[in-house]
Amino acid sequence: MDHITVPKVENVKLLDRYIGKKPANGSLYLTATHLIYVEASGAARKETWIALHHIATVEKLPVTSLGCPLILRCKNFRVAHFVLESDVVCHEIYISLLKLSQPELPEDLYAFSYNPKFSKDMRENGWKLIDQTSDFGRMGIPNRYWTITDANRNYEICNTYPPEIVVPKSATLGMVVGSSKFRSKERVPVLSYLYKENNAAICRCSQPLSGFYTRCIDDELLLEAIRQTNPRSQFLYVVDTRPKAVKVEKTNVLVHCSDGWDRTAQVCSVASILLDPFYRTFKGLMILIEKEWICMGHKFSQRCGHLDGDSKEVSPIFTQFLDCIWQLMEQFPCAFEFNENFLLEIHDHVFSCQFGNFLGNCQKDRDDLRIYEKTHSVWPFLVQRKPDFRNPLYKGFTVYGVLNPSTVPYNIQFWCGMYNRFDKGLQPKQSMLESLLEIKKQRSMLEADVHKLEKIWHILLLIMRIVLLQSAKVKTSWTSPRSSPFCSLMRRRIPTQERSKLSIKQCTTMIPILWTSFCARSVTKDLSTVGVAGVSLGHPCAWLLLMATLAACRSSWHMVLMLTA
Amino acid sequence: RFVGPLGTIIIKCKDFRIIQLDIPGMEECLNIASSIEISEWRLSYVNQEFAVCPSYPPAVTVPKAIDDDALRKVATFRHGGRFPVLSYYHKKNGMVIMRSGQPLTGTNGRRCKEDEKLINATLRAGKRGYIIDTRPLNVAQQARAKGGGFEQEAHYPQWRRIHKSIERYHILQDSLIKLVESCNDQTQNMDRWLSKLEASNWLTHIKEILTTACLAAQCLDREGASILIHGTEGTDSTLQVTSLAQIILEPRSRTIRGFEALIEREWLQAGHPFQQRCAQSAYCNSKQKWESPVFLLFLDCVWQILRQFPCSFEFNENFLIMLFEHAYASQFGTFLGNNESERCKLKLQQKTMSLWSWVNRPSELSKFTNPLFEANNLVIWPSVAPQSLQLWEGIFLRWNRSSKYLDEAYEEMVNIIEYNKQLQAKVNLLRRQLAELETEDGVQESP
Repeated sequence: MDHITVPKVENVKLLDRYIGKKPANGSLYLTATHLIYVEASGAARKETWIALHHIATVEKLPVTSLGCPLILRCKNFRVAHFVLESDVVCHEIYISLLKLSQPELPEDLYAFSYNPKFSKDMRENGWKLIDQTSDFGRMGIPNRYWTITDANRNYEICNTYPPEIVVPKSATLGMVVGSSKFRSKERVPVLSYLYKENNAAICRCSQPLSGFYTRCIDDELLLEAIRQTNPRSQFLYVVDTRPKAVKVEKTNVLVHCSDGWDRTAQVCSVASILLDPFYRTFKGLMILIEKEWICMGHKFSQRCGHLDGDSKEVSPIFTQFLDCIWQLMEQFPCAFEFNENFLLEIHDHVFSCQFGNFLGNCQKDRDDLRIYEKTHSVWPFLVQRKPDFRNPLYKGFTVYGVLNPSTVPYNIQFWCGMYNRFDKGLQPKQSMLESLLEIKKQRSMLEADVHKLEKIWHILLLIMRIVLLQSAKVKTSWTSPRSSPFCSLMRRRIPTQERSKLSIKQCTTMIPILWTSFCARSVTKDLSTVGVAGVSLGHPCAWLLLMATLAACRSSWHMVLMLTA
Repeated sequence: RFVGPLGTIIIKCKDFRIIQLDIPGMEECLNIASSIEISEWRLSYVNQEFAVCPSYPPAVTVPKAIDDDALRKVATFRHGGRFPVLSYYHKKNGMVIMRSGQPLTGTNGRRCKEDEKLINATLRAGKRGYIIDTRPLNVAQQARAKGGGFEQEAHYPQWRRIHKSIERYHILQDSLIKLVESCNDQTQNMDRWLSKLEASNWLTHIKEILTTACLAAQCLDREGASILIHGTEGTDSTLQVTSLAQIILEPRSRTIRGFEALIEREWLQAGHPFQQRCAQSAYCNSKQKWESPVFLLFLDCVWQILRQFPCSFEFNENFLIMLFEHAYASQFGTFLGNNESERCKLKLQQKTMSLWSWVNRPSELSKFTNPLFEANNLVIWPSVAPQSLQLWEGIFLRWNRSSKYLDEAYEEMVNIIEYNKQLQAKVNLLRRQLAELETEDGVQESP
């Protein structure tokens, strides 16, 4: 808060980099977490919110005839070109933004002050919503060959791995510990994904150390143990990242890059998406990200430049991963439960530091920072907005099995929605996605309407039949001029052959149906039509019916009309 | 049979079916004339025998003040006899698009008073017009050496000339060959693919054509000025620009019938030499002198706009692909020949069937209808930024990749929209039934 010297600036222009329109004029507000631009011109008060942690660079350009330009380039590819009147104020804002966008300490990140007014339980449940170890259960682990071990519960084996890892049942603790000393950053081979159909697995690790230790018995034993979890296969693929190796050739695959937390994470997670339709659902993708990226120690803080630190560590690894998913969505439009907006929203929050999920560089960091007590999980907030993120063309879980994408270069497209997201002039002016989402929303409303109207129609017919029965009993002639208008109506509505068919027995059996129907609140409102139409009374069933309606309906004046008929 | 300007073919089949085909070409021509101010324009039949301009149709729309003799004189001043004629009338403000061939000024600076009078007649008092020359200035200047040229300011003071740079048609052919060759190379890596794509310049041409069309549309809609468009012959880039400008400006051109009419008017009747341009396509062995994918580029530009405005077109991508195919090889006579004169000489209307008669049958139309279409009255402005333009995979990668999943997605979309329509119909029916119930009661609905 002490970094903010100027909380509000007026007469600030916002330039659009592509459309040559007249620049907007408005006010700039600086809070502890956001930069907010409010447009003064135009009827609607348009607000542009920029999360401070999103700002990658701030540039103060030389003064022009328009004023003092200040260019913000954000990590989500937004470029905001402001022009301020006063050079002094511009400089103040510039300094503040530099300090606020990249704090020095993790505790200064937004997540630690973000308060959605949750109770302690709500916060806890939010964190429990996505449980990545449950995914191993889904794969059938623990099973004959694999087991989940908490040998790393205090991060004693590898401090960038999660407390629980999956290793072959036949592997001893000694093997795992020994192997960890042979691998870069102690990242031993562990299971990433098990393809239940044929017991083939994808494991991941880091590169083996070279030099003095050219061999490590424990590492070799561990890899042999991994190979043996798949009895049908003779070989273990190392570094080979083709998912086909798992599906078609039924062999285990061991993936690693150098430290096993960048390209390895990309490859293992994309392979999982190709193999298993579960990861193409909302829940599945959230679990995958928790499992392969967050828990397995992808260095989010360094790679995304959350803190003021080594810019050489910054790299768009996670962005590339999301781009890969988007390419798959383009090739297989019906195979994913979510649409691109879900990916864009996740991407935003990886950098916004509003939630605790992506803070730090590994699980140990998060434990040390106590994020589970002090911050909130992003997943419940995304789940709440599912209607915006749905893919209207999703055909369901079972329709597509393993995906076989084409990697011929011309199939890789430019993701305009990500890299030009805020350049509205470049995007298609009409969105097919939005049209379809709107149509799907209408569908649920229409289905509800149909259901409601059909119900009313049935009830009306039933009531008419009861009345018909009753008037037959008092021997009212069908052609008598004294018969009520309702009788004449029924004459027209109910075919001749049906009139004679109705019996008291039928009438009695209808009452329970009517009773349950009347209890439905949405129906009773429209029963005003029924009430006003008037029911000739006398038949005991009809009285029962009336009592039922009274009890359910509670709007007595409708009943009065009924009684007087 | 010709009944006035309307062409009709009656086919009596061996299975006793009688089919009557109404050919919309001439009718469309008249439609323009009838929809605009009669006082300012007229239909001229000066070219009825194709003697004045061999590539024009028998009837053209010209300013009322100009008589047929004047037109004959103007025809000697324009390339190929293509004197300026009306292409489009913008109802909103009465401004027009005219098109022609290049003026034959030559190195002597020749002028033609009738030509000047003709195009000046389209201007309102005190207003200026724009001449859009699809050639860069230096190319237009060089054309003088061959007898061509451009409209000099001194002779056309009320007109402002703008030069664009749409390439000559043989350059477009090279571009297509390079692009197709690149698309067929499955073994290349990403760098090679991108550099070959860039080297083909295909998307550069798309951008240039779309930009010119946007410029033309802006002159009419935003500036409120009339324009004259020409290149060299007036049969290639000129037609691309006039037809795309109409897609931008006029919602009717985005309906199926409207688009068919647009093709009839601005391409077939206007004398785009289909026979020459669409002889061999990309795989020809010998270098064809007149071959060029001008029409394909136009369809590609339409597709780019369609992609940016998926709810504004009554037709879908398949319609455009179908037109592309039939321009090159077809069992129908619509795209045969180079102009109306040749089509008459070949007696095509008697000997062949019209593509439109087949396409417009309900069973066929359903394949080409866009389920997302919502009729609107908008002028739609496409973005011509490189990020907004894409390679038309439906045409260029059609045989190189499976479209199975994309087809499934399209079908799913059609089903979703169809189901909603059925639900809506059901709701309407039920509501109507209940309403009838109430009115027969003779009682009002309670509040």
